[in-house]
Amino acid sequence: MTGLESEMGKDRSAFIKWVDDRFPWTETMRYHVTEYYASKNFNWWYIFGVLAMVILVIQFVTGIFLTMNYKPSAAEAFASIEYIMRDVEWGWLIRYMHSTGASFLFIVVYLHMFRAMLYGSYKKPRELIWIIGMLIFFVLFAEAFAGYLLPWGQMSYWGAQVIISLFGAIPFVGEALVEWIRGDYAISDITLNRFFAFHVALLPLVFVGLIFLHIVALHHVGSNNPDGVEIKEHKGADGVPLDGIAFHPYHTSKDLVGIIVFLMIFSAVVFFAPDMGGYFLEHANFEPANTMATPEHIAPAWYFTPFYAILRAVPDKLWGTILFGASVLLPAFLPWLDRSRVKSIRYRGWMYKLALTIFVVSIVVLGWLGLQPAEGIYVPLARIFSIFYFSFFILMPYYTTIDKTKPVPDRVVYNA
Amino acid sequence: MTDDVDHIDRRRRHFLTVATLVTGGAGMVAASIPFLSSLKPSARAKALGAPVEVPVGSLEPGEMIRVMWRGRLVFVLRRDEEMLSRLTDVNDLLRDPHSEVIDQQPEFAVNEHRSLRPEFLIVEGACTHLGCAPLAEFEVGPADDWFGGFFCPCHGSRFDLSGRVYKGVPAPTNLRVPPYRFINDDVIIIGAEPVAV
Repeated sequence: MTGLESEMGKDRSAFIKWVDDRFPWTETMRYHVTEYYASKNFNWWYIFGVLAMVILVIQFVTGIFLTMNYKPSAAEAFASIEYIMRDVEWGWLIRYMHSTGASFLFIVVYLHMFRAMLYGSYKKPRELIWIIGMLIFFVLFAEAFAGYLLPWGQMSYWGAQVIISLFGAIPFVGEALVEWIRGDYAISDITLNRFFAFHVALLPLVFVGLIFLHIVALHHVGSNNPDGVEIKEHKGADGVPLDGIAFHPYHTSKDLVGIIVFLMIFSAVVFFAPDMGGYFLEHANFEPANTMATPEHIAPAWYFTPFYAILRAVPDKLWGTILFGASVLLPAFLPWLDRSRVKSIRYRGWMYKLALTIFVVSIVVLGWLGLQPAEGIYVPLARIFSIFYFSFFILMPYYTTIDKTKPVPDRVVYNA
Repeated sequence: MTDDVDHIDRRRRHFLTVATLVTGGAGMVAASIPFLSSLKPSARAKALGAPVEVPVGSLEPGEMIRVMWRGRLVFVLRRDEEMLSRLTDVNDLLRDPHSEVIDQQPEFAVNEHRSLRPEFLIVEGACTHLGCAPLAEFEVGPADDWFGGFFCPCHGSRFDLSGRVYKGVPAPTNLRVPPYRFINDDVIIIGAEPVAV
């Protein structure tokens, strides 16, 4: 034990002892917090997991307060949001925090996932962490989609119409399935009511459960690091990894700096650009849902647009839906598609670096194309970049096998 | 049987485990039925989906009205002679000119005009791609081979004046024709199965 922990042990009060005899308090705190060792060479890419947790807390708190004034009915939903914005004290702040939080959660989660791709964090022995993480990502999709219907604006309604219709492409059961999801012959009050239940009760519960599993799996295996070196392979006489430092107080105090910087950026958006020029809150959604007229131009919220562009790139409903589903599911297979001997990009060859660059460019371009109307040059462009997107995954077993890698050091380094 | 208190009868334990799992599993499946069924359209939703009567006698030739049936948009278009004459011209450009996909219309509408009476077109205003409401653009546009019909602004699907889908667009099938019949020359009832014609 280090000095710090023995100090803690000595001062353990009679109360803590009483608790420890009945509940593994000290043991749990040590295992997950004060004696959880993570690499000392973490860089700023490692802030996004913590930030995702911070935003989740913001979403839970603001979400609970929004439900106190929101009415999940087709007749009242839109007006109740306006009521929150105008008549409820600080209601505008709580609502903008929630809507901005949704976009920021996606930004942070995408960067968190990209970090895993940079340093091979999904590779053996961390496959399950990645799989659970992908499940969290899918739930996040469902959560954001259900939440987007609740304001009952034009984009809420027609966006939901488009996405729910995707299930209609499934042969034979499609139409019945769509009716079952909506609970009506069209998207209606009934649909809104159940999406509210999904958004505020079912999916948040699933979230908490999956995040718990994500962290249990992580703390069992140990965090990866920018070198992709297993720090547990080099332990000191005290059994502590030589390259590891305790999560608390070392990583937590560093994370606090990141959290403060994040909150500054977050506040700037909430106060000065809550709609982010139509990207975080789409302008068409400031009009109540009108079942008689589709808006001239439908685009989902920005975080769905890369996949939406793939959907539109295919001139066939069933195949469009299949490729849309595949584009979302494929990243879950990364641990098995990636055959490289090394984890970190620091020791990979030019092929993976090039492939990853093309992948990032394709995602960004597809994301932009998903916001444009499906006409003219945008259609062939979407097809080309969809092919790039899929190639990244499908060709991965090949190029990661033949790619030339550099030798990986035994211990972590600070600059590579 | 043996008197040994520490003896474990593994066969018996295995049987009990399997029996418990199967019974419990069946119970779980049975218990899930009410919950899953509660998500289906309720009696009220079904009642609100009852047939609606639409007066069509006052429609001028070339005029279209939009009505709601089951929360869905339905187009009622009275085509004029000139519009009807255009139908045959575009057959080669269509994916399903003869309405062979049987789910998309009642039997009475399997014809070129896709309706009971040639002049009246009744179709659901939901693009068969992803459900957006198509725009009615009846004028012939010389610029881009447009012969008049319905255009979906979401993903660019095109339909002719009978709601038949063009080739090379994302929508897979023709616009759906709801069941309907004429009560008299001036009124149709949408949602009601036609009596023998």
